[in-house]
Amino acid sequence: MSAPTGEDTKNISHLAAPNRENSNRENSDRGETEGKNVGGNDLTFANPDKTYLDSNELIINMGPQHPATHGVLRVILKLDGEKVLGTECIIGYLHRGVEKIAENRTYTMFNPYVDRMDYVAAVSNGLGYCEAVEKLLNVEATPRAKYIRVILTELNRIASHQLWLGTHALDIGAMTPLFYTFRDREEILKIFEKYCGARLTTHAFRIGGCQYETYAGFEKEVKNFLIFVAPKINEYETLLTTNRIWMERTKNVGVISAADAIALGVTGPVLRASGVKWDLRKAQPYAAYSEFDFEIPVGTNGDTYDRYLVRMAEMRQSLRIIEQAVNGIPEGPIMAKVPKVIKPPVGEIYHSIESPKGELGYFIVSDGSTQPYRLRVRPPSFVNLQALDVMVRGLLVADVVAVIGTIDIVLGEVDR
Amino acid sequence: MADDAKTPAPPPPPGGEKKPTAQKPAAPVPDPPPVKPVAPVAPAKPAVPADSATPPNPAAPAKPAGPVPLLWTSPLVEKYRSQYGTALEGQTYLGQNYLTVKSELIPNILRLLRDDEQFDYCVDITAVHYPKREKQFDVLWILYSFPRNERIRLTTQIADGASIPSSVSIWPTANWLEREVYDMFGIQFEGHPDLKRILLPDGWKGFPLRKDYGILQQDKEWVQINLGIESGQ
Repeated sequence: MSAPTGEDTKNISHLAAPNRENSNRENSDRGETEGKNVGGNDLTFANPDKTYLDSNELIINMGPQHPATHGVLRVILKLDGEKVLGTECIIGYLHRGVEKIAENRTYTMFNPYVDRMDYVAAVSNGLGYCEAVEKLLNVEATPRAKYIRVILTELNRIASHQLWLGTHALDIGAMTPLFYTFRDREEILKIFEKYCGARLTTHAFRIGGCQYETYAGFEKEVKNFLIFVAPKINEYETLLTTNRIWMERTKNVGVISAADAIALGVTGPVLRASGVKWDLRKAQPYAAYSEFDFEIPVGTNGDTYDRYLVRMAEMRQSLRIIEQAVNGIPEGPIMAKVPKVIKPPVGEIYHSIESPKGELGYFIVSDGSTQPYRLRVRPPSFVNLQALDVMVRGLLVADVVAVIGTIDIVLGEVDR
Repeated sequence: MADDAKTPAPPPPPGGEKKPTAQKPAAPVPDPPPVKPVAPVAPAKPAVPADSATPPNPAAPAKPAGPVPLLWTSPLVEKYRSQYGTALEGQTYLGQNYLTVKSELIPNILRLLRDDEQFDYCVDITAVHYPKREKQFDVLWILYSFPRNERIRLTTQIADGASIPSSVSIWPTANWLEREVYDMFGIQFEGHPDLKRILLPDGWKGFPLRKDYGILQQDKEWVQINLGIESGQ
């Protein structure tokens, strides 16, 4: 890394990472204690730390056109040399007014739009939306539809984590995992393509169940995929888990405590890596998740390395779920009895699912017409991104890249 | 929504407000208003035996009338009702509980819910616009409690132009969520550390999720100055 700034040299070298002054924790020597919150951090973002010896602060724009921001995220960094004093995220470059569009479309017409929010996990988005409307209609998908939904959603979780791993490792400088993960993700996309004709924005589910019956050989292909991908996940781990560079770039980087994570509303793998054993699939089961046996992997340190381990473990748990589901798909219809014209009764409903990135919620207000009166999406990426500031304070610029990667944001979902 | 409980008639006040721009395709023709709740419900009953895979679900209970919000009785509601009286009302709809409170209670009740009732996770803050109502906005907090594994919604009504105390000091996550509510609805949160637009550009005029903001409407002036084009359409 580059030029020292008069700062204690152990802060500068990445090779000394384990000894690094414990990142964002140590703001106290700067006498900055006012405005601190639950976890000891300033969570209001109002008071950036002062520079060392009152040297000049440097304001630098990172993005919106920056490959490591995974889209069009602009982060304004306030730097003391190479050390990050504070950040501000500027978002909205991809804002399409999805919630406004929803108010002007029927429930059925809006369904494909949700695929375009978190476009690397379109199936999860579709599941959340369909279930929310079903709840509003007070109908339930058929058991067979639920199993198909679980299989596809978990496949999508693996695909999402694979894409995350590839790009995240690439950001940090490891090139090979990207090729491995994209090679294997392709197999998932092939299954999606055969099932519904689309690879990315799948629109796989409909309100009340699924539009398509599984194609001939679906179960066999899914089982083959399970056999194919299990050793591949080990392969990713051989590249990274004990890799010295990887560990030094990720351990103790972007630490967030459980208390801070909860206070900031962070969910998903980021929350679990901080040691909170909470997964909506277990806490408030939806679809058919209550019927499957799986575990919630948790971390202990809440750093980038733990988040990596949690996601790797989650991929293996997803394989477990898929295996149980594909061996037990019940017979029966794939569509519940749903009226042709969807007109939910007057009322409000909130429904959320565990998307690959965290809690994805839909709050829908119905006025009894064919269009939602108000549809609010509670996007996990948007809320998790808010924790970036807490996670990068005190780190180096290169770590910002690692932390943006580890939060796993999709700007389509942040900006909607 | 309070009126819903007393009069479960199909067109209750909030629902009665038609969307200004909504063209409802074909829907009004086959459906005379009073039959409304029946439409989405009908298929459950006349189902042929072949569909017996579906029944274990809500098909049986209370379909014909359509679900209505019921009074929510729980120790939590009773505790706060004894404290605040009619300023607070608990209801439940399709198994989801929500409290309707007067806006004066807002910072206190949120803090109590976090500290005494362990609702430690603020899932979402959002708003709904009812232009024909005197107090035009519903502001909502969706809360979750990790220890209780329970969700609760808190709703309050405020008038256009009125402000509401910020909850950033209670849940730091409210920072961006309140900014988004301000951005989309123009609701002011008092005491917010940095209340400014978040998704739309700073100089934008208008609040898009208000019902009087058209779907094609845009801040033409902003578009012309900043993008150098006549119109974004």
